[in-house]
Amino acid sequence: MRIDGTEATAEPRPGQCLRTYLREQGATAVKKGCDAGDCGACTVLLDGAPVQSCLVPAHRAADAEVVTAAGLGRFGPGGDPDADPEALHPVQRAFVEAAAFQCGFCTAGLVCTVAGTPPPVGELKGNLCRCTGYRSIRDALAGRVNTEVAEPGQAFGRAVVAPAAARVVSGREAYTLDEPAPPGLLHVAVLGSPHPHARIIRIDATAARRAPGVHLVLTHHDVPDTLYSTARHENRLDDPDDTRMLDPVLRFVGQRVAVAVAETPRQARAALALVDVEYETLPAVFDPEAARQPGAPLIHPGRTPDEHRVADASRNVVAQLHEEYAEPGHGGVDAALAASAATVEGTWTTDRVNHVALETHGARAWLSPGPSAGAEQPVLHVRTSTQVPFLVRDELARLLDLPEERVRVVAGRVGGGFGGKQELLVEDVVALAALRTGRPVQWELSREQQFTMVPCRHPMRIGVRAGADADGHLTALAIDVLADTGAYGNHAPGVLFHGVHESMAVYRAPNKRVDAESVYTNNVPSGAFRGYGLGQVQFAIEGAIDELAARLGIDPVEMRRRNVIRPGDPFVVGRPVDGDLEYGSYGLDQCLDLVEEALAREPSPVEPPPAVEPVETWLHGEWSVGTGVALAMIATIPPRGHFTHARVTVGADGDFVVDVGTAEFGNGTTTVHAQIAATELGVPVDRVRVRSSDTATAGYDTGAFGSAGSVVAGLAVQRAAQSLKTTLDSLSAGHLSGRTDAIAQIASTQLAGVWAEATHDGSPRSVAFNVHGFRVAVHRGTGEVRILRSVHAADAGVVINPEQLRGQIDGGVGQALGSAMTERMVVRDGVVVTRTLRHYRMPQLSDVPVTEVLFADTVDRLGPRGAKSMSEAPYNPVAPALANAIADATGVRPRDLPIQRDRLWELLGATSDR
Amino acid sequence: MDLDIDTVRTARTRADCVLRPGEVFLGGGTFLYSEPVPAGVTGLVDLTGMGWEPWSVDGSGLRVAGTCTLEELVSGPGALGTDTGGPYRALGIVGQCVAALTLSAKVARTATVGGNLALGLPAGSMVGLFAALSARAVVWTPDGGSREVAVSDLVTRAGVVELARGEVIREIRVTATVLRQRTAFRRVSLTTAGRTAAMVTGCRAGDGVALVLTASVPVPHVLLVRANDHDGLDRRLGWITGLGDGAWYEDTHGSREWRAAMTRRLAHEALDELGDV
Ligand SMILES: Cc1cc2nc3c(=O)[nH]c(=O)nc-3n(C[C@@H](O)[C@@H](O)[C@H](O)COP(=O)(O)OP(=O)(O)OC[C@H]3O[C@@H](n4cnc5c(N)ncnc54)[C@H](O)[C@@H]3O)c2cc1C
Ligand code: FES
Ligand code: FES
Repeated sequence: MRIDGTEATAEPRPGQCLRTYLREQGATAVKKGCDAGDCGACTVLLDGAPVQSCLVPAHRAADAEVVTAAGLGRFGPGGDPDADPEALHPVQRAFVEAAAFQCGFCTAGLVCTVAGTPPPVGELKGNLCRCTGYRSIRDALAGRVNTEVAEPGQAFGRAVVAPAAARVVSGREAYTLDEPAPPGLLHVAVLGSPHPHARIIRIDATAARRAPGVHLVLTHHDVPDTLYSTARHENRLDDPDDTRMLDPVLRFVGQRVAVAVAETPRQARAALALVDVEYETLPAVFDPEAARQPGAPLIHPGRTPDEHRVADASRNVVAQLHEEYAEPGHGGVDAALAASAATVEGTWTTDRVNHVALETHGARAWLSPGPSAGAEQPVLHVRTSTQVPFLVRDELARLLDLPEERVRVVAGRVGGGFGGKQELLVEDVVALAALRTGRPVQWELSREQQFTMVPCRHPMRIGVRAGADADGHLTALAIDVLADTGAYGNHAPGVLFHGVHESMAVYRAPNKRVDAESVYTNNVPSGAFRGYGLGQVQFAIEGAIDELAARLGIDPVEMRRRNVIRPGDPFVVGRPVDGDLEYGSYGLDQCLDLVEEALAREPSPVEPPPAVEPVETWLHGEWSVGTGVALAMIATIPPRGHFTHARVTVGADGDFVVDVGTAEFGNGTTTVHAQIAATELGVPVDRVRVRSSDTATAGYDTGAFGSAGSVVAGLAVQRAAQSLKTTLDSLSAGHLSGRTDAIAQIASTQLAGVWAEATHDGSPRSVAFNVHGFRVAVHRGTGEVRILRSVHAADAGVVINPEQLRGQIDGGVGQALGSAMTERMVVRDGVVVTRTLRHYRMPQLSDVPVTEVLFADTVDRLGPRGAKSMSEAPYNPVAPALANAIADATGVRPRDLPIQRDRLWELLGATSDR
Repeated sequence: MDLDIDTVRTARTRADCVLRPGEVFLGGGTFLYSEPVPAGVTGLVDLTGMGWEPWSVDGSGLRVAGTCTLEELVSGPGALGTDTGGPYRALGIVGQCVAALTLSAKVARTATVGGNLALGLPAGSMVGLFAALSARAVVWTPDGGSREVAVSDLVTRAGVVELARGEVIREIRVTATVLRQRTAFRRVSLTTAGRTAAMVTGCRAGDGVALVLTASVPVPHVLLVRANDHDGLDRRLGWITGLGDGAWYEDTHGSREWRAAMTRRLAHEALDELGDV
């Protein structure tokens, strides 16, 4: 086989697929998103034609010519074999110029697909991207250029290219498991519980330990008994201590029972079959309402609020909030509702949704000599797919009883996170296995394990009661939230409290009440997911507000204008919030105006009707058209401290090196940090190198969650760069603001090693706003919803990089459309049925319309140069806007997500009369 | 993905096609390599090594080899089909039938007709295609003989086909008469390019129409209706519903009730299309 022009002679193993064969030969441009033919990340050219290499039997390709993304420039169609090895193919250049990637994990497969497909490329069936919402990919296909080169010192506010772009599009950027395998690497396989609730009464790993190639088998007898939470926060006390590395009690199907570590993944899997386990099955409960009723099976009996931070273990309640507030002179929710001109009462539900970060969780651990010569104790290295390297380090040190200096955690480029990687899920296993065996150890989750073993989004049931006077002013707003946290309470309190927070606070109502509980069940655990609870609750509240407007005959946008908070108003949830949340800026009014105006403009021509529908009936007959809007507010930084440190150093070559602890997982912070530093220093952006997410080289950072990368770490970078500039100015008597070549010379010869640092504690915090609007056509006979218009307005303060920001919004909208319309983890009696992407329905290119993205014109006084964060937020108003549009079109309000065709059809009571 | 097996044999002769214990046939491999192999499977016998001509057409009709890839089917027989008449008019629906699968053109390059038929999945559109064309499958039996079975009879339960262990789908045959007929295709799924939830293929024969329902039913149903007889079609559909709970298929790609209703819409549309012109 020839791989990118190089002969490979190794014999494939029987049953080996081309994907792993290529990676074993060092061709790590070939990614794995599913290993089952669904995502396209593994696409290569096989004798000139694109194939998904995970499905191609390697033995058949023995004499083939294979081209990966890394060889596309030289050996792809029209390539020049003598060109520079890093030469990009025109398709790759188009992806760079269009900024058609975020995490970039899908990109290597996409460029191979496009380069190998004769035009028209079509809808890219078989290539999934979770980050972009596909708009920028469409742009790349059309050859549109979305990026620009900024003059020195002018990078802030410009659509500069991500520093890693060329490496990402050619598959050269190293993700978690893309570095060459260290010699002696061992592999992990984990036995999952077959029962939703059971106790291990006997477990015998003797035979497994003797199996060929096996170095270690761990059961609950062999691991630390320390209680922890897989969720990671700045304060570890935010989450309940209810989890053990290996627990004799199993609380969901798929929970770790035993770990095998062997020379090959297959030997590790084979060893698991030899672990002899006897289970005593226990009664299980899957419905969160049933779980909190008297007599329900108790899932974590005996856990206490004080010691474990479990609110009420005797009712399976992990976290709860029950608060009511009436402004002076008001009599409370019930009284206010009784006296209101119009009231609404209803229940909304959201389903279990998977993050589907295209890179599955994975980690490698190994031991190496200590940092200082003569140090006796080796350092444990963990390279992992995480959003929070420092938090992982701290908890690993605690679990394994090691001093922090002996643990180094590094995240390479991470292939998507969306909250799913704000957890400790694989690192503990590889770390312990490396310590026990002395060998490097790797664990790569399968896509199936992403569905069955690791946390998903919290499904919620939200009751809303709302009332308004005849003018549409809210008189009362009350919610009753029930969240299913699954078998463990990771992120249960955070998601619950955040979920009810900004969603309630964004509306003014003199009487408010919040009842909220997050409840254990024997389902797969829920965790952090983009929006962190707000999307679920906002879906319900925005539905209720819309319904109230309809009852009163008030325009839905006007209804919101009359009721949203304005600068100076207190933030009130179930009581007034005291804390560090401020109006650093306010653009909600603008967002509402922008969306209203955009929806009123002449609609763009609709796409051609579907094949099943005769053309002449399109938009007549069974189609109904409607418009809907929804809004959302989000705090720009997570509460209770988000700490960061940045250092900017003059490198030996005269360039500038920014060290930050936060991780890059497609959120674009590396670009933003380079822009901020270059702007402060007055240099071109390519003279700044950002080194991130390494606990050994960077100062402490709480991590990349809560949209903190731009505003918290960004502010520290800005301050460090400013301070370095001041130092350099005095040292070089102002040369730095002069010509750039002069700076390079001075810097490299005289100033190398000069540095400055800064920190930020993530306080005070500002608020950001998003408004989404849809115009839809609903087919009453089939339940099909077609999006005719999609408009999103964002209040992100001063825009740091318009193309990246637009990308975050496109991606958030795309992901939200998935949860709103099609995505659902089907779980029956605790068993996840939808275990492959094929059966899960995350949006493909053909499912996501192009959204018109508009920005409010605001300047935040808290964020760096007036900017606000904007990566989780765009997700939140999408589902309610869609439901509101459908209600407007049909008169029937969908209250349950996802609004799948079959469910909507049923809701509309449609018949199939011809 | 990598399969935990020990042997792969490439079949070159009929004798190679005799399975040894633990072996199963490998067609394109796109399904086999997409899931862990079932317990007990330790080896593969690669049928693509047999070197069968992917397809051929002559006066007696069309033959499609079990190892013909979906791409070869589309670019070969599929390209012969027309909307307007001619000897291969019926093949006009081939492209749509292949596109009905959730797999991409990249996977269609490897996946085979035999593999799709042998899986017998409700959403297996090769079943709907060839059943509508009244095709017969030539099956090689392990004793060295062969037998024929109507494609519409091949699937006995969702995901189960009437093939004994060691039997190979050698080829599919469509008669020249059928190739000249008018055909129709309809499908629906929860998303535009999603898994087919209901599919109706149809073929006009004389003053009758054969409508084949797949995806919304566990096994294909062939409804023989007179052209334009919509009431007759409703009676047939009602009969299916009358079969009881399992009559309409349900999985995560659509509820039973919705699929039944969508099938009815699609079937009437197909009947309309195949009515008098
Ligand atoms: C991304 C993706 C999407 C898919 N979407 C769909 C879909 O929408 N609808 C659907 O029905 N299926 C779908 N499938 C599954 C399957 O139908 C396809 O993978 C393909 O049609 C299988 O063909 P193959 O030649 O690759 O079969 P293989 O994987 O080689 O074999 C499949 C089975 O058929 C047997 N077999 C193969 N050839 C023969 C033969 N000639 N005689 C007897 N037995 C044989 C094998 O032993 C095996 O049991 C999908 C698969 C993937 C990977
Ligand atoms: S890894 Fe091959 S298609 Fe997803
Ligand atoms: S950029 Fe496509 S999956 Fe992340």
